[in-house]
Amino acid sequence: MSVHMESLHEPTTSSLPLEYQEDGNLKIFGFWVFLAAEVVLFSTLFATYLVFHGNVAGGPTSQQLFDIRGFTIETFLLLTSSFTMGLGTYEMRRQNTKGVVVWVLITVLLGLGFLGMEISEFSHYVSIGANISRSAFLSAFFVLVGTHGSHVTLGIFWILSILVQVMRKGITPKTARKLFVVGLYWHFLDVVWVFIFTVVYLTGKVM
Amino acid sequence: MSGQPSHEGFPWKHVIGFVLSILLTVMALWLVFSMQLPVSTEIVSILVLAVFQVLIQLLLFMHLTERDGPAYHVISLIFGAFIAFTIVGGSIWIMAFRSMVS
Amino acid sequence: MLHSLLQLGDKYFMWNEGPMIWTSDVLIVLTSLGIIGVLTYLKRWNWLWKEWLTTVDHKKIGIMYIIAAFAMFFRGGMDGLIIRAQLAVPNNQFLNAEHYDQVFTTHGTIMILFMAMPFIIGLMNIAVPLQIGARDVAFPYLNALSFWLFFFAALLFNISFVIGGSPDAGWTSYAPLAGPFYDTGVGENYYLISLQITGIGTIATGINFLVTILKMRAPGMTLMKMPMFTWSILVTSIIIIFAFPVLTVTLALLMFDRLFGAQFFSVTHGGLPMMWANLFWIWGHPEVYIVILPAFGVFSEVVSTFSHKRLFGYKAMVVSMVAIAILSFTTWVHHFFTMGAGASVNSFFSFSTMLIAVPTGVKMFNWLFTMYKGRIQFTTSMLWALAFIPNFLIGGLTGVMLAVAPADYQYHNSYFLVAHFHYVLIAGTVFGVFSGLYYWWPKMFGHILNEKIGKWAFWIFMISFNMTFMPMYFLGLMGMTRRMYTYPAGLGWGPLNMIETIGALGMGLGFVVMVYDIVYSIRHPEKDLTGDPWDGRTLEWSIPSPAPEYNFAVIPEVKGIDAYWMMKHPKGQEPEPTKAVDKSKIRPIHMPNNSYRPFIISVAFFVAGFGFIWQWYWLGIPGLIVVVIGLFLRSFEYDDEHFISTEEIVQTETAAGRL
Ligand code: HEM
Ligand SMILES: [Cu+2]
Repeated sequence: MSVHMESLHEPTTSSLPLEYQEDGNLKIFGFWVFLAAEVVLFSTLFATYLVFHGNVAGGPTSQQLFDIRGFTIETFLLLTSSFTMGLGTYEMRRQNTKGVVVWVLITVLLGLGFLGMEISEFSHYVSIGANISRSAFLSAFFVLVGTHGSHVTLGIFWILSILVQVMRKGITPKTARKLFVVGLYWHFLDVVWVFIFTVVYLTGKVM
Repeated sequence: MSGQPSHEGFPWKHVIGFVLSILLTVMALWLVFSMQLPVSTEIVSILVLAVFQVLIQLLLFMHLTERDGPAYHVISLIFGAFIAFTIVGGSIWIMAFRSMVS
Repeated sequence: MLHSLLQLGDKYFMWNEGPMIWTSDVLIVLTSLGIIGVLTYLKRWNWLWKEWLTTVDHKKIGIMYIIAAFAMFFRGGMDGLIIRAQLAVPNNQFLNAEHYDQVFTTHGTIMILFMAMPFIIGLMNIAVPLQIGARDVAFPYLNALSFWLFFFAALLFNISFVIGGSPDAGWTSYAPLAGPFYDTGVGENYYLISLQITGIGTIATGINFLVTILKMRAPGMTLMKMPMFTWSILVTSIIIIFAFPVLTVTLALLMFDRLFGAQFFSVTHGGLPMMWANLFWIWGHPEVYIVILPAFGVFSEVVSTFSHKRLFGYKAMVVSMVAIAILSFTTWVHHFFTMGAGASVNSFFSFSTMLIAVPTGVKMFNWLFTMYKGRIQFTTSMLWALAFIPNFLIGGLTGVMLAVAPADYQYHNSYFLVAHFHYVLIAGTVFGVFSGLYYWWPKMFGHILNEKIGKWAFWIFMISFNMTFMPMYFLGLMGMTRRMYTYPAGLGWGPLNMIETIGALGMGLGFVVMVYDIVYSIRHPEKDLTGDPWDGRTLEWSIPSPAPEYNFAVIPEVKGIDAYWMMKHPKGQEPEPTKAVDKSKIRPIHMPNNSYRPFIISVAFFVAGFGFIWQWYWLGIPGLIVVVIGLFLRSFEYDDEHFISTEEIVQTETAAGRL
């Protein structure tokens, strides 16, 4: 595709990093737009959660349910993983494949840690009867936080598959673009989590 | 073929971003659990902190300012934020009536 | 043995429901066998697979979208005729209430999501890359995936008729009626999951075209020099990207209620059925603009071409569309004023709804001024555009009446509303896609559609349309509510209903004549050897008909609005050779390879969807896993492009008389 792209518009300015070469700029832009769509998707889930927040139907409230220690650790894990992912991109731009592999693997481990905590949080709730059918509040909670969690799960697999490609092919315009894009995705999940932390957990503790 | 690898020796941007993100989180926790503020003040201030968190991710980690041609991706995000605000605010406002009915 | 077979038949295939189902079963089996037989007899399997099922060419994908849209128009139209047959006379028992519910549900859902959407996406696939001087869309592979997701979603939705039963809670699928307690059975699951699948494809299309239009225009084509149809698609893509994720979530929430026991829209456990209406219309209102704006774009092209004048008020047109895009996200409550959200909510949304009429009106005047003092040529395409103006005006004005919240308490869910949205959807969207079909047909197939038969189809359809839907306004005011399956004799509704049914038959006839036009024109083609049969103004007319695989042998340089017109009529300079291609500028062209994967992934999605519909997780989950594996394999695919050599291009262009 590269040639027909090049013949269509100016070759990408060389001051931009490797991942914007070839058709990378199209794909990176497309991915930003996808993230904008994800903003809408999550905001609909947030709207639903907020509307249903008080509808506990005699079941547990957010105040009774949420565990400060748990969600604080989850938050730190995810924030740190976003940082290490950023370092992966940084090393990629220095053409340092080894650095990329190390930081990205750490990211995956932190992501797994986050997921593990979330799964144990969910199963704890279910074990005390606070399941998805208990109340509309819990339905909204599970679907909002669970959607984020499934994004994280998919993200982990995706990162690993890109990592394999980077290890096989080195840092080329294509692999660089892929790593950059999956990095955007991972940081974005952190952004979503910041709102879950704020709107669901912190607010849920005071309201 | 390659864009030039970056030459700075230490990832300052990332480290600063990370430190700030941790600080903001701690501040939010502290505001909610250690301060005796009215609930609405608390919520507004942690929301403000969240917005700063987002800016850190976007600017320091996601390289929002890099682009090839006009900043269409920034416009998309801003429009996305506008729609998000409409959906969340609108739904809360519209669905508030149930408390008047029941 | 036989007995248990029959039992299975009753359970999964509804054989107990009588001859209608049996006939459908037989017809479906016969049609499928027929298709398979013909393909085998003509040895066309390989051709089908290589040329169509695996293609990533935007022009072919566009054609497949339009074929599918026609098929769905037929299905939805049959539903419509059945509805009208049932309502023709008072106290009719042709259908019972339950079947009637199913028929209007599938009618509405199919017409909006599986007819209007693919028709529009088909036209944009064909025209947009050609209008902006590009060789394909930004992500051809994703484009194929979008198509096949739509295709298999449509298939999934349609098989509900014979396997398990159709959905029956209306195209709006309001809770709690559509929830697990009041709507047992799989019908609603078909609705939720097939819409989910096609919706994902649509989001991808929106992103694809946004990137294509913003990033792949020919040199010199600034945003304010783009053809108006391309502008309309840019704006439509934006609305798609920001509206469809809401549909995704909304459908998922009801799916969680139905499959996994969540309580979002239940009436116990704190659920709020009215939240469904809220969420559905946050998507639903932008959706109606998604289907109307491309039609506006078609009309802009057609009116300007056949008036032989530049479009009047280009800037105003663009500003109006952008305004519509933003406003369309701020009016959704007008669909449920009667829900009781209170005076301030209703006033706000009443006002914002009326605001939308302003930019719409601006566009109307611009079309009228474009025609003013123009040399109007009454082609079939232009007739559809001309008829659009008064008919859509009726729909728009009654829309403004509905927007007055207190008055809407009277009109809401009456036939007045039904008349409104058919006037905008048919006179707007359907006239628009027909106009576009006649306009771009030569570019798709290299010959024009017969104008004489086309005009017959137009007049029959247009007059019958008014006959069908105009009486609905009056019936609505007389108190007839929507979705009632029959009505008593003494109310005086009988005659108007009979007129409507006759009108509906007329629309069916108009459709048949149009299909006949297509068949006739394929058999007796009036070849378009010029590539520019209408004396067009935009770049798609600068290349041969049908467009070669790579579209443009040499990417054109754009100097202004109506780029091709300016090439044909240069001011003050030497006339540029408009058709001849400069041989020295031809270079090998890089094109994306065909791929079977979008097709396979979509089949897997279909299987997964079917599994979830029946709550057969042993089928649904493996299906989803295959989808994910397909996506990961795609990520590992590096060698996915090929070259078209200079010789091949020279050959093609010479054959088209361009060299
Ligand atoms: C002048 C612009 C328009 C205005 C002011 C307007 C206003 C309205 C209002 C207030 C309703 C709700 C009425 C009720 O439920 O009682 C409505 C329904 C509807 N409108 Fe429009 N409308 C406009 C244009 C359009 C267009 C362009 C389309 C589509 C191409 C459209 C499609 C629909 C549909 C499909 C419904 C009903 C959906 C349903 O309940 O099943 N409208 N319109
Ligand atoms: Cu509306």
